[in-house]
Amino acid sequence: MNTAVAAPETDPLLASVPPAIQLKGISKAFGPVQANKNISISVKPGTIHGIIGENGAGKSTLMSILYGFYKADSGQIFINGKETQIPDSQAAIKAGIGMVFQHFKLVQNFTVLENVILGAEDGPLLRPSLNKARGVLKQLAEEYELNVDPDAIIENLSVGHQQRVEILKALYRQADILILDEPTGVLTPAEADHLFRILDNLRKEGKTIILITHKLREIMDATDTVSVMRRGEMTATVKTAETSPERLAEMMVGRKVLLQVDKKPAEPGKPVLEVENLRLTDEKGVERLKGISLNVLAGEILGIAGVAGNGQSELLEVLGGYANATGTIRVNGQEIDLTGKHSDGQSRRARGIAHVPEDRHREGLIMPFTAWENTVFGYHRDPKIQSGMLMDNAAIKAEAAAKMERFDVRPPNPKLAARNFSGGNQQKIVLAREIERNPDILLVGQPTRGVDIGAIEFIHQQIIRLRDEGKAILLVSVELDEIFSLSDRIAVMFDGQIMGERIPSETNEKELGLLMAGITDTAHAKMPASPMAMSEEEVQEAAEIEADAQAESELTPEVPQDAEAPSETEVKLTTTDAGAEVAPVEAQVDETAPDIRTDAAPDISADDETKTEAPAAADIASPTMPHEEPMTFSTDPVDVETPPAKTEAISLGSLSATLTQSTPERPKSPDTKSDPIKDPEEGGKDG
Amino acid sequence: MDKMPGWADAVLVPLISLLLAAILSALVIIGIGEDPVAAFKLMVDGALMRSSGWGYTLYYATNFIFTGLAVAVAFHARLFNIGGEGQAMIGGLGVALACLYIPWPNWYVALLGATVSAALFGAMWALIPAYLQAKRGSHIVITTIMFNFIAAAVLNYILVNILRPQGAMDPATARFPEAAQLPTFQDMFSTAETAMFRGAPANVTFFLAVFMCLAVWVLIWRTKLGYEIRSFGQSESAAKYAGISPIKITVVAMLISGGLAGMMALNTTMGEAERLVMNATEGAGFIGIAVALMGRSHPLGVLLAALLFGFLYQGGAELALWTNIPRELIVVIQALVILFTGALDNMVRMPLEKLFLAARRKA
Amino acid sequence: MDFATLLQVLDSTVRLATPLLLACLAGLFSERAGIFDIGLEGKMLAAAFFSAAIAAITGDVWMGLGAGILASLALSVLHGLASITFRGNQLISGVAINFLAAGLTVLIAQDWFSQGGRTPSLIGAGRFEPIILPGAAEFAGVPLIGPIYAELISGHSILVYVAFAMVPLTWWLLYRTRFGLRLRAVGEAPEAVDTAGVSVVGLRFVAVGICGILCGVAGAYLATALQAGFVKDMTAGRGFIALAALIFAKWRPWYALYACLLFGLLQAVALRYQNIDLGAFVVPVQFMDALPYILTVVILAGFVGKAIPPRAGGEPYVKER
Repeated sequence: MNTAVAAPETDPLLASVPPAIQLKGISKAFGPVQANKNISISVKPGTIHGIIGENGAGKSTLMSILYGFYKADSGQIFINGKETQIPDSQAAIKAGIGMVFQHFKLVQNFTVLENVILGAEDGPLLRPSLNKARGVLKQLAEEYELNVDPDAIIENLSVGHQQRVEILKALYRQADILILDEPTGVLTPAEADHLFRILDNLRKEGKTIILITHKLREIMDATDTVSVMRRGEMTATVKTAETSPERLAEMMVGRKVLLQVDKKPAEPGKPVLEVENLRLTDEKGVERLKGISLNVLAGEILGIAGVAGNGQSELLEVLGGYANATGTIRVNGQEIDLTGKHSDGQSRRARGIAHVPEDRHREGLIMPFTAWENTVFGYHRDPKIQSGMLMDNAAIKAEAAAKMERFDVRPPNPKLAARNFSGGNQQKIVLAREIERNPDILLVGQPTRGVDIGAIEFIHQQIIRLRDEGKAILLVSVELDEIFSLSDRIAVMFDGQIMGERIPSETNEKELGLLMAGITDTAHAKMPASPMAMSEEEVQEAAEIEADAQAESELTPEVPQDAEAPSETEVKLTTTDAGAEVAPVEAQVDETAPDIRTDAAPDISADDETKTEAPAAADIASPTMPHEEPMTFSTDPVDVETPPAKTEAISLGSLSATLTQSTPERPKSPDTKSDPIKDPEEGGKDG
Repeated sequence: MDKMPGWADAVLVPLISLLLAAILSALVIIGIGEDPVAAFKLMVDGALMRSSGWGYTLYYATNFIFTGLAVAVAFHARLFNIGGEGQAMIGGLGVALACLYIPWPNWYVALLGATVSAALFGAMWALIPAYLQAKRGSHIVITTIMFNFIAAAVLNYILVNILRPQGAMDPATARFPEAAQLPTFQDMFSTAETAMFRGAPANVTFFLAVFMCLAVWVLIWRTKLGYEIRSFGQSESAAKYAGISPIKITVVAMLISGGLAGMMALNTTMGEAERLVMNATEGAGFIGIAVALMGRSHPLGVLLAALLFGFLYQGGAELALWTNIPRELIVVIQALVILFTGALDNMVRMPLEKLFLAARRKA
Repeated sequence: MDFATLLQVLDSTVRLATPLLLACLAGLFSERAGIFDIGLEGKMLAAAFFSAAIAAITGDVWMGLGAGILASLALSVLHGLASITFRGNQLISGVAINFLAAGLTVLIAQDWFSQGGRTPSLIGAGRFEPIILPGAAEFAGVPLIGPIYAELISGHSILVYVAFAMVPLTWWLLYRTRFGLRLRAVGEAPEAVDTAGVSVVGLRFVAVGICGILCGVAGAYLATALQAGFVKDMTAGRGFIALAALIFAKWRPWYALYACLLFGLLQAVALRYQNIDLGAFVVPVQFMDALPYILTVVILAGFVGKAIPPRAGGEPYVKER
């Protein structure tokens, strides 16, 4: 919440109540790694407490200790003032703690109801428990906007709905304390908004919520107090109202942040990669790519921005040769095969396409292999490294040592297994392998995800260097600031489509945010004049429709809809950005306007002028917008005071607009009750 | 860093597992009222102290090298080929057909031809489970188990109804012609004065088996295909990224595995029985699992483990001959080895890892 | 084939299907909880030996049954230790258990009885006797229904009735009770069970334990009811046929009954007729032997419906955030 809300801590009544959760001196080590060091924290009841930190800062470990998943090496836990032992999840549940994990813990082929009662059944027989749960769920749905069809099978639900089931599970167990671990990572902006509305409702009912995230925006929008974690230590706990994103970011990383990549202006040449009307339907029948067309010129970086899961991964997979699609791809003017024998990673590499995949653990490297073996992974059929029928291992080793030297991989030991390198050094191995093949095209996915700070700069430099050598680079990243600092052109993907292309210097994060939420240019030209035209319910409903529509496109086709989304909808959304000035709808405004900056409540009409207003690109890549864990830093601590006035926050999905949205395909009837997948033994006897 | 140095993983863990299996086996021997030390002495005596004992030990080891390599190659592609037994049976059919129906000029040409035939038949028997795993996701463990039984039925039918010579009672083929009979160690190493390996079934296929160890080592660690097999075995998603076809690797790895298992039949059928009998494999296909596990899927490890099991088999036979301990003792030992080196690997590994971690912290 | 022959074949089907059914349901409990078990064969074999041995020694078949169950349970605990506690490979553990049972039974049989790996033949109270259901004799004269009741339904040992009663009981347990919900959940998503505050290890051990008990009954049936004593390797692949039936049944109790009856029928026919002359061609007995396995492969291949095993099956559970 922003400053408009009175912080509960100031309430003298609440101050006398013992903290809902108090941790004292919690420490936990995994082998040689100290995940939590002497952590103490205190959370007042009825508040939302944020815990922020980079990936690997120890947030999740701490919460897993609180939920009895891990046992702390030392320290005490107090729940409502009473010291409590939490050896397992059972004890945590008994203490009134519920947890929504980042990766949901649901039984995929069970119904919602069965998932909810699992472990909280009332007796040895199922029927009474199921009947009771049905009633409770109905009540909870009304109370907290937690609508889910109790008889739906989990695997047919959207991610957003699955998350609601997780929350329902906790509430059904009468949790007073709810921990959410990175809850918005897999959600669309609208789904995330809905989630934060639910959380606010829960807080109003007196529940205590711990929100773990690495997204500053969420902390600023939703929490009352915030704790910052860094390398296993709790570095600060402050009232959200009394801090700023800049301060938090600083505390998170331990030094002042600046996103700045030095690069010359691009000198683009002829198109190297041309993609036309690329379409991909996955095995579930969901269309993941809906006619992608783009081209990448020699000597430029095309950045693909977008919320994770909108088809970027599939695009990389198709270009990289390991997903089948229809359409046309031309490399240097020559068409390449998209299906059949000549459509695999090998043939793509032969055509000069190198690929730094999004996930180096799953794809880019074979973790138990040595570094030298990994330096030829994907190129192992190259005749240059064969001697006769055998692979020329001596030559590969020598070359690997040289590559590791050039890419500053530490330790520079080619015989070490890949899993023994740090994230940044692993990524450098992948990068060295792909870049040193001197490709015409480099596909790069999430180049700095899970990469240590020092390596980020190096990796960015390498990508720029390759660009300056006249190569075509396609960069996919969910980090907007990375996109901004590296790209020469930016294309935004949403729901398997390119929503638009922008030049970094002529756009800003707000405009990209709109595109990432699926709001096209034509739509926001038709902006309604009055931002407050809709009632609270209407806003919610509209958001709900959007959420459901997006949710469908996100994951599963068979979503039971609480609201029917027509195939071509003109949905009116009310602007809430300006709401901070409007007292009566304050609460609503707070949830739906996740604007980081509390003092600036820009009028929505400013959107029309974003292009003219936009400051220079370097400034746009604002330091106030740290996203996922990786960040780019200037090692120079002097040049830090970037004026916050030049930054624009994105408030995805909650902006006022009349949006033209095509609803994603729904291959199956949303009626889950007649779902054929449902276990036939469920109702009666089988066979 | 890795929790343990490489040598501990490759040598120490299997050795401790083996020790545990040995201790339990000794307890079993005590349990049935025999003296384990005396029993062990008898085994060593019978299996290693005379050249004929060695002849048997190496004969059994030959079987286990082939089946062990078969399981090991599949393991590298993260496939559990439990069907070595069936593949070896069908491989035996290949040997028999080649030996009976092709007029070979001499034994080494015959061996060459029979090797190809055995490998082909074994590979073909592995093809269907491999294809079903690759294309339809049918669990290869279950399908290969089923194919063992189907192989037994097929072989039974063919021996009884087709290949059995007229008038013969037992389900077996006719004896192979002279030119298709392999020289035994006795033929090869005996001089006029001293007979070596007298009566022992060890034969020239042992050298083929050792050669296959080398060949498998080269294949796995020195060729593109081996690189791809290992990559696929470690990470299917990464293999796809690199343009390695999961279907191709699954099928090819299983074909090689089946071929190796099939080649086992050379030893039993061509080298020893000189005709195809019903139960020629004698469970060697399953012992291959123990051998591959103990040998950590490395050809050298497989060779050593196969020698150990060869010793156990010959020693076990000696025990059954001279004491009241039945041959099934070896089956128990084999079970314990599989249990400790395979299923209970973590039980041995976890305390060791802790030990090494503690030692490193002190250092 | 006349009616009497048909009845005989069906009667033999019921008797041959019983051990398959018990072992199949045993596997169902284990695999539904996410623990693959290819050691059904070994557990049955161990149970068969110990039940026959103890029944021979004590002269009391119930003591034998108890001993058989205990022996099978012990192997189950070993399997649980390897695959649940030490997170080892469940398939390898199963293979080891099969060999362990195959070796130990003969070893101990030789030590105890010195009859070349057999137990003495069981007589009198050392065996499960057929139970004549009330009215069987009286109704035998009634056409059609009479003989069916008297020959087919009546006159089996108590374990046959236990096995058939286990089918609805298993169904009810699985789909109508808290235990069943948790059992199915732990085989699909152990992390869900764990975070719901229920012990994954505990549940899986219970499931493996039930599997052991049922395998114990199956083995005891083989040695003390179907036959009169233990002989080396007497299970003769029944554990694997049960496994095949389990896949054929797609891990469901009622289908398991049908699959086991089908495979039992195949065995009964193969026992009675060596080769079946169908006029145009002769079906060899070996084909009948192999048919259960062939059918299972066909099912596994997904050409006739897809057999989807429990999702967490075969994977040891490791806590993950």
